[in-house]
Amino acid sequence: MNIQFFQAAMVVYLLAAAGYIAYIIAPEKKNRAVFSLVATVAGFLLHTAYFILRWSESSRIPITGFFEAINFLGMGIVLVFLIMEARYRIAALGSFMLPLVVLLMVPALAVSGKIVDLNPVLKSGWLGIHTSLAVLGDSAFAFACIISVMYLIQERQLKKKHLGAIFHRLPSLEIMDTIGYKAISFGWPLFTLGMVTGSIWAEIAWGTYWSWDPKETWSLITWVIYLAILHLRTLGWRGKKMAYLTIAGFLFVLVSFFVVSRIQLGKHVF
Amino acid sequence: MGVIVVGLSHKTAPVDVREKLSFPEASLADSLKTLRGYEGVRECLILSTCNRVEIYAVAQDTAAGVEQIKRFISEHRKIAPESLAQSLYVHTEAPAVRHAFRVASSLDSMVVGEPQILGQLKDAFEAGLKNKTTSAIVNKLLKKAISVAKRVRTETKIAESAVSISFAAVELARKIFGDLQGKTVMLLGAGEMAELAARHLINNGVKSVLVANRTFERAVELAKEFNGSAVRFEDFPTELVVADILICSTGAAHYVVTHDAVSKALKGRHHKPIFMIDISVPRNIDPDVNKIDNVYLYDIDNLQGVVNSNIEGRQKEAERAEEIILQEVETYLQWERALDVVPTIVDLREKVEDMRLRELDKALCQLNGITDDQRRSVEAMSQAIVNKILHAPIVVLKQSASETGSEDLFQFARRLFNLDKDLKKCVHAKGFGGDEGKSE
Repeated sequence: MNIQFFQAAMVVYLLAAAGYIAYIIAPEKKNRAVFSLVATVAGFLLHTAYFILRWSESSRIPITGFFEAINFLGMGIVLVFLIMEARYRIAALGSFMLPLVVLLMVPALAVSGKIVDLNPVLKSGWLGIHTSLAVLGDSAFAFACIISVMYLIQERQLKKKHLGAIFHRLPSLEIMDTIGYKAISFGWPLFTLGMVTGSIWAEIAWGTYWSWDPKETWSLITWVIYLAILHLRTLGWRGKKMAYLTIAGFLFVLVSFFVVSRIQLGKHVF
Repeated sequence: MGVIVVGLSHKTAPVDVREKLSFPEASLADSLKTLRGYEGVRECLILSTCNRVEIYAVAQDTAAGVEQIKRFISEHRKIAPESLAQSLYVHTEAPAVRHAFRVASSLDSMVVGEPQILGQLKDAFEAGLKNKTTSAIVNKLLKKAISVAKRVRTETKIAESAVSISFAAVELARKIFGDLQGKTVMLLGAGEMAELAARHLINNGVKSVLVANRTFERAVELAKEFNGSAVRFEDFPTELVVADILICSTGAAHYVVTHDAVSKALKGRHHKPIFMIDISVPRNIDPDVNKIDNVYLYDIDNLQGVVNSNIEGRQKEAERAEEIILQEVETYLQWERALDVVPTIVDLREKVEDMRLRELDKALCQLNGITDDQRRSVEAMSQAIVNKILHAPIVVLKQSASETGSEDLFQFARRLFNLDKDLKKCVHAKGFGGDEGKSE
């Protein structure tokens, strides 16, 4: 029953994504961005309603298993987008963020949305804290990745001197460079806390803080990459190199979600 | 008695002709008064910019007025009329109104959509008002032209993208840096275009200006003008570290800004982007510099390329603007036509009233000893005849006031009732006599 909220949210997101794409390719149509923003907010409300209903139905925070994780990641990305849009008023962000949301959610639609019973050892308040922190960190990384893609498009246009319609829509290099970095410096601490709480939870559940299961190992690599990004930034790395690195970092996140979590090994299987 | 435009522009005359003809601002008042003094010129206005010199006027007789204006131009600017024949264009009536609107809306500009022309037109209008050389028609035309230009600007995107090189530089800088506040621009060498670009950047928020020039005194002078600081030419590579934008036009025959210097500067500034503008021909910045990360080098051709693609985008908007102008010309002409019918009707009434009174006088002199009642009835009869005769023509005149071709009707009415009494008009009217013969 509740799944209909989820489906409705998807349809509205799809409309928003289409509106944002139409906006960026036709420079004179400003109202398309307004329409798309309204649709995004509506989609987010439906999405949140679904999340709350699912929560009350399963009487635990619904961030367990592949479907719920992707669902929460999508929500996190839309949330980060709405915050950034409110703060910086860059409608072009939507033209990249919303399609990403839609692309991420399509696999979620394919898998069963059924609520599964949790292994009793995992039932703990730490579950929600660990997963929500980690996934929120991932959402910030997704945002940083998208802004890096936009940066590279704009950078390329400026270098090659081919200024298309999209050139006028995209923001300046400097602002993209800045907010991409901000997103990572906001996401990395969340991700770190996610790992720390996960480790504490592991100690409670299995008596060991760290057991080198694939997910743990992969997450550690991801964590190191973003740490390196933050460090290199202080050494003066910026612009194109930084953008490539940021995109690479998010690819690790995606692999973590779509590949590592699916490997039938270790404790993070879902 | 419509509007006359006589002038030349970048489309019809090369710069050496335009500059000879241009009216210096200091003596504009004198020029206006002189022109107003020419026979038959009722209203006049002079628009003189670097791309066009145009006279907007109203004359008693349009054809004669055009000749007078041409005479004024060659006498006043001391140019042989023959040398102007090719460059001068003349518009009257509807095409003149349309021309005025197109100029105001920047559709006739060298750079379509550039905003300066409207300001220049307003200045010219003000000069005309101040010197009282304009009146009802030119005032209405100019006010309308200004409002049409505003309408075009709000309803089309004609002025949205940068279409001059210095504006293109600002547009690009904005896409690299966003807010230009707190950015530093460095001028390497000085040239008119480089200064213009710098000025535009300053107008858009750039606060700090550095000037380096081979002659240090010139650098100091320019720096003072921009409220910046001068740099010794040899020192520019070290100063490059703080420059976010470099505008280069040194006139040197070789690369002044080398790949090495730039990559060193970039390390010094922790790879913060630099926007480099090379206005010099031959180029002064090594083109390979563009290959360095975070360096965006634009030479004059690149900037022109940006401008051209923006101009293409404006073409479509220009078509929409032309439609707006056509509508507005129509509404203006309606006003002008209505204006023309009033004096014709007034003249007609006056003339016939004059005849009536004279004939009445004569008749009353001959009718001795009539009673007051009889006198009143004779007067009333004369009045009634006049009213009855004039009723139909006046109704027709009023009705046709807002139709096209009505000017001809007014002219015809004036001729039919012989309303233009001065000698010149009579001669003119006689000239038309032949036509009448033919048409009968």
